[in-house]
Amino acid sequence: MNSIIEVVISRCQGCHTCELECALAHSKSNTLVEALYSSERLYPRIILETDGDDVIPMHCRHCTDAPCITVCPTAAMDRSGPDEPVVLNMDKCIGCNACVMVCPFGIIKAVPQAISLSKCDLCIDRLEEGKIPACAAACPTKAIRFTSVEDITADRRKEVISKFRVSMVQSEALEK
Amino acid sequence: MDHSFSDEATQKMIKFAAKENMQTVWDRFEAMQPQCGFGQLGLCCRHCSMGPCRIDPFGDGPQVGVCGADADTIAARHLCRMIAAGAAAHSDHGRTVVHTLQMAAEGDSAYKIKDEAKLRAVAEIYGLKTKDRSAKEIALDLVSEAKNEFGRQDGFLKTAGTAPETRIKLWKELNIMPRSIDREVVETMHRTHMGVDAEYRHLINHGMRTSLADGWGGSMVATELQDILYGTPNPLKSSANLGVMDEAKINVIVHGHEPALSDIIAEIATSDEMDKKAKDAGATGINIAGICCTANEILMRRGIPVAGSFLQQELAIMTGVVDMMIVDVQCIMPGLKAVADCFHTELVTTSDKAKIPGVKHIEFHETDAIKTSKEIIEIAIDNYSRRNKESVYLPSEKEPMVAGFTAESVFDFLGGKYRATYRPLNNAIKEGRLRGAAGVIGCSNPNVPYESGHIQMVKELIKNDVLVVVTGCNAISCAKHGLLQPESAFKYAGKGLQEICRTVGIPPVLHMGSCVDNSRILRVLSNIVAEGGLGNDISDLPAAGAAPEWMSEKAVSIGFYFVASGVYTMIGKPLPMMGSKKMFNYLTDEIEAEVGGKWAFEEDPVKAAHKMIRHIDKKRKLLKLKPMVYEQALKVLDQE
Repeated sequence: MNSIIEVVISRCQGCHTCELECALAHSKSNTLVEALYSSERLYPRIILETDGDDVIPMHCRHCTDAPCITVCPTAAMDRSGPDEPVVLNMDKCIGCNACVMVCPFGIIKAVPQAISLSKCDLCIDRLEEGKIPACAAACPTKAIRFTSVEDITADRRKEVISKFRVSMVQSEALEK
Repeated sequence: MDHSFSDEATQKMIKFAAKENMQTVWDRFEAMQPQCGFGQLGLCCRHCSMGPCRIDPFGDGPQVGVCGADADTIAARHLCRMIAAGAAAHSDHGRTVVHTLQMAAEGDSAYKIKDEAKLRAVAEIYGLKTKDRSAKEIALDLVSEAKNEFGRQDGFLKTAGTAPETRIKLWKELNIMPRSIDREVVETMHRTHMGVDAEYRHLINHGMRTSLADGWGGSMVATELQDILYGTPNPLKSSANLGVMDEAKINVIVHGHEPALSDIIAEIATSDEMDKKAKDAGATGINIAGICCTANEILMRRGIPVAGSFLQQELAIMTGVVDMMIVDVQCIMPGLKAVADCFHTELVTTSDKAKIPGVKHIEFHETDAIKTSKEIIEIAIDNYSRRNKESVYLPSEKEPMVAGFTAESVFDFLGGKYRATYRPLNNAIKEGRLRGAAGVIGCSNPNVPYESGHIQMVKELIKNDVLVVVTGCNAISCAKHGLLQPESAFKYAGKGLQEICRTVGIPPVLHMGSCVDNSRILRVLSNIVAEGGLGNDISDLPAAGAAPEWMSEKAVSIGFYFVASGVYTMIGKPLPMMGSKKMFNYLTDEIEAEVGGKWAFEEDPVKAAHKMIRHIDKKRKLLKLKPMVYEQALKVLDQE
């Protein structure tokens, strides 16, 4: 999958705003207050894991060869095309937890008082509206970024060039 | 952002700002989206360093903070601190006025006692002897009494003793009769400290007492004593919007809340000496215009035009014709600095309580009022030559208005100058010509399309024969939209209200002053009760309050003192406590059984107006008043 979520751990302040906005983006309500006073069951798909002092927002990586799709017995876990997000159809899910066992990132969650499991769908509805995923849009410190493989690798290359250009040029000079 | 509800001058300036790439409050609001959900819901506590703590509103994460405080406690504590901050702002303003009155009484200062009749009337509240005594003697005694209101250690606030008797009795039963102004604010800070009051109703109970110390205390002291010092307003004509600024003149904007400096500035600016200096500098004179409540203070008493409301402060500078903007306290955006830097405008902070980094500070003290005012105006005159004529973009829009209504003057009108009485007002309500009255007040907020809340709500109310009184920034919005003109009754008001307006010659929407002047509305409500025939308490009256575009902590305090005084109080976006369902039920429902008033939240201003009207109708029914003479407008309501 080309479009990906990048997390910059040093920027995350652990404010949990992404969790609230994730839950809201997956609800039928327009505002947090409306969602809270509706009868909907609200919960975030994103998971905030801690490691020492660091808080690490974790999302589905939408693996190209997604093991969760391979093992799903009811085809509830699927994607509509090779470059589309992996989405769990909650109506089809029977809660067998096979995907939970094979997910390398541990991001598939149980839903309280429900049969179906749940996971990050990269805000597929928002993507169709031309918006970026709610967590990336909400993050006040830009610790969560919605980007692409090309952009991320191009950025990395630029960083490396700016750091090592001098040594590269000098080593060329030495060779001569 | 939808700007289609705002006045035309504002719409032009917002487009101009975008074209010139200048940042406004609306841009900063967009950049801040989405705003923190925990803050919005009142579920974040930073009162001690075991935290910060936050409650998971969805129920899976922590339901209590490190100390064990739950959502209800955290939301209530936060709301109480907002009340305390609002009450502190109004009351500290009041304290300044007491000191200014002291200077006026002691003589040898720029300030004089302008309204001796009011001095004597206020002295009576304190039981001071007025017969055969000089104004100076009375004023000095009054100053001493007023000072006591702030730090009183025993008994209750004397100004609160002017409320209807049934109300005072109720406050005492509920233990919310305010004792002293500073004490209630301090006690709020104490109770909301880590490990003190954790019961949400008990917290809100004291929150109400704190707000009452504002409305019936600090704000009331500010209004009454300002009337003594600067004169009790009387209806007068003026105009509002950015077009009141004059390209040919030196424009000085006064912005903030206190009249102590702006009143003297207005005086000095019109002096021959300054007029000559302005003409020598190449201008045709000096033009003073106001923003926010400083504007309302000098509008009400001197008829000085209003340049704009809270959300127009940056836009005013962007016109390029403001040679100086003087600010004092409250509602002054630090963002003004960035705009002023793009122009020649000299931005000056003047209060010993408020500085902005990088902004010129000329500290104003009442003892040097004239000297400082002259110094400030001379800087403005000097600055005129630096104005870049090519960068001027001044919209011409301005609307005429009538302002200057007070608890005294409104009803001089209604009863006639020599027989001032509330009877015609009460009778109009009883007969069903007037449905009732509503106070629509408060700020503007970029989280609501500018003026959509105020104007739609006010028009819907007057269409349904509800007389509307306005203060603060809503008063300025109503002025800009032409609602403060007597003729507007025939455009927008229901037939019953039209008849009253035609007979008495008043607009259907009455400007009652600044935000401390909400105490005037409390006075009006008490006077209506005292006139008789509409119940024994404020909570019996067919009346409601609203702040559809509220923003500041002062608005929270105002809302609470109206609720605690028995008024149904409607706001647009809810108070930041929706994360506690118990608090929501308490404030919007159960509290009514205690104090007779309650909160209501409705973001659609027309629906909000309808809810207020339903409340007014409920009260009319309880009072067994006659049916409305003209029912035309409400047909729509019945279908809802």
